[in-house]
Amino acid sequence: MSQYLILIYERESGYAEGGPEVWEAAGKAHGRFAEQLAEKGVQMLGGNALQPTQTATTIRDDIVTDGPFTETKEALGGYYLIEASDLDQALEVAKLCPAPFGGVEVRPIMDMSGSAG
Amino acid sequence: MTEDQPQATDAEVSAAVADAHRREWAFVLAATARVARDIDVAEECVQDAYVAALDAWSRQGVPRNPGAWLTTAARRRALDVQRRDRTLRSKLPLLIEPGSPPGTLGEAAGESPVAGLAPGGQAGAIPDDRLRLVFTCCHPALAREAQVALTLRLVCGLATAEIARGFLVPEPTMAARVTRAKKKISAARIPYRVPGPAELPDRLDAVLTVIHLLYTTGHTAPVGPQLVRAELVDRAIGLARMLCELMPDEREARGLLALLLLTDARRATRTAPDGRLLLLEEQDRSRWDRTAIAEGAALVTSALRGRPGPPGRFLLQAAIAAVHAQAPSYAGTDWPQLLLLYDELVCAWPTPVVALNRAVVHAMTDGPEAGLADIEAIEREGRLAGYRYLPAARADLLRRLGRHQDAAEAYRTALRLTENAAEQAFLAGRIAEVCGGGGAPE
Repeated sequence: MSQYLILIYERESGYAEGGPEVWEAAGKAHGRFAEQLAEKGVQMLGGNALQPTQTATTIRDDIVTDGPFTETKEALGGYYLIEASDLDQALEVAKLCPAPFGGVEVRPIMDMSGSAG
Repeated sequence: MTEDQPQATDAEVSAAVADAHRREWAFVLAATARVARDIDVAEECVQDAYVAALDAWSRQGVPRNPGAWLTTAARRRALDVQRRDRTLRSKLPLLIEPGSPPGTLGEAAGESPVAGLAPGGQAGAIPDDRLRLVFTCCHPALAREAQVALTLRLVCGLATAEIARGFLVPEPTMAARVTRAKKKISAARIPYRVPGPAELPDRLDAVLTVIHLLYTTGHTAPVGPQLVRAELVDRAIGLARMLCELMPDEREARGLLALLLLTDARRATRTAPDGRLLLLEEQDRSRWDRTAIAEGAALVTSALRGRPGPPGRFLLQAAIAAVHAQAPSYAGTDWPQLLLLYDELVCAWPTPVVALNRAVVHAMTDGPEAGLADIEAIEREGRLAGYRYLPAARADLLRRLGRHQDAAEAYRTALRLTENAAEQAFLAGRIAEVCGGGGAPE
């Protein structure tokens, strides 16, 4: 088994301008996603939604600045850490991950434990 | 190492090893990768096995089944490497073989890797893993150019330098591309597996697209003096043949092989002795390869008859190529039949390039004006801006309508967009013709 991080990149304005219905729909969609993971026997090791990038603080060379590391149209807004048998299973699951205002990126976690699998 | 083989000369042995490299590379590597569970290790072991064959075969004779001999040798080496490097290896991500418990390495990979594989044994004892290899190389998580490079390197056994030459990129660039792709396979754990039925149509389409891209790159070398790079063309046909053999029920695989055979049957007649490009209507049909045409046409017929459901884009393109290849002359081509096939193709594969080709056929059935109207509609969409065959097709219809000035202008646009010397010479010739002669419209 391998671990993968599903990073959710979306236009933040989608939620900021969407109002409570959008939030409610997103909450339901992510709840359903968690159920689908369980049905597929894929373990979710963690996951969180992030506060918008306007709350971000960046530190580079010890200098603290207000704002995200890079300004992008679609920003990292949340993530899931999953355990899957291989990339195909990770992608199958990631396709189900809600991201109505953008998309997701799948990154394998580097195995530092010294043993494969 | 059969005892009954007579002593072989060095030349015979070299030829046998070269032949086994061309025919058996994919089989040997695919079977070894399953044991090695690491593509780099598998490649090294297979290369070693070919080197060992040169020596062993000259001493003991060429084995009856070179592929089995090589596979046994390569897999033995892979197991040795694993035993020696177990600690080191176990720290690295391994090639995933689904169905085997993780971290158990080759010996427990759901089979006994060398059982029944006595030297000179039957190839049937070795599972044929070539499809796994092909689908891994063409995995959608890899960029198209990486898929192409990996397929040539791992499935065809081409050296990085040869692949770089085929695609006119510097060797270090191609080496970096191959290395990056291999790293992704192991780090992201792209499985060594043939996809299940649900994914198969899409995944197969990616494989077919890679093979077709290899063919077209070889068929119309985009830059340079020669129109065809024969090595790429031959490799693509070999791959399509292999895929057909391994997936006999897939009609699109059959369609691709047919398409390549039918197109390639005209290879010798596409350029004049001076290198000038010859159009379909100018080609000497008596020099077309009738054997390839017969094989391609038979494949089309059997695949179309095959199964319910509409045929896909490769089969339809093959059917179109078959109509052209079997026509007695350009004028005697069954254009209405072609238009019907193009209508189906536009549905199966709605791209502006297909629409452009359909427009050219439409001009044959209903006159240049009809085709020109189609082309102008495509131009308005703007999706083919910069595509050299669009102004070239337009120019040709304008020329046939006797609108020489407009034709010359369109030919010049096409000329600015092409870097292939043979095509440039053709277009320059057309410009001279419409500017100078002012011949009557056809």
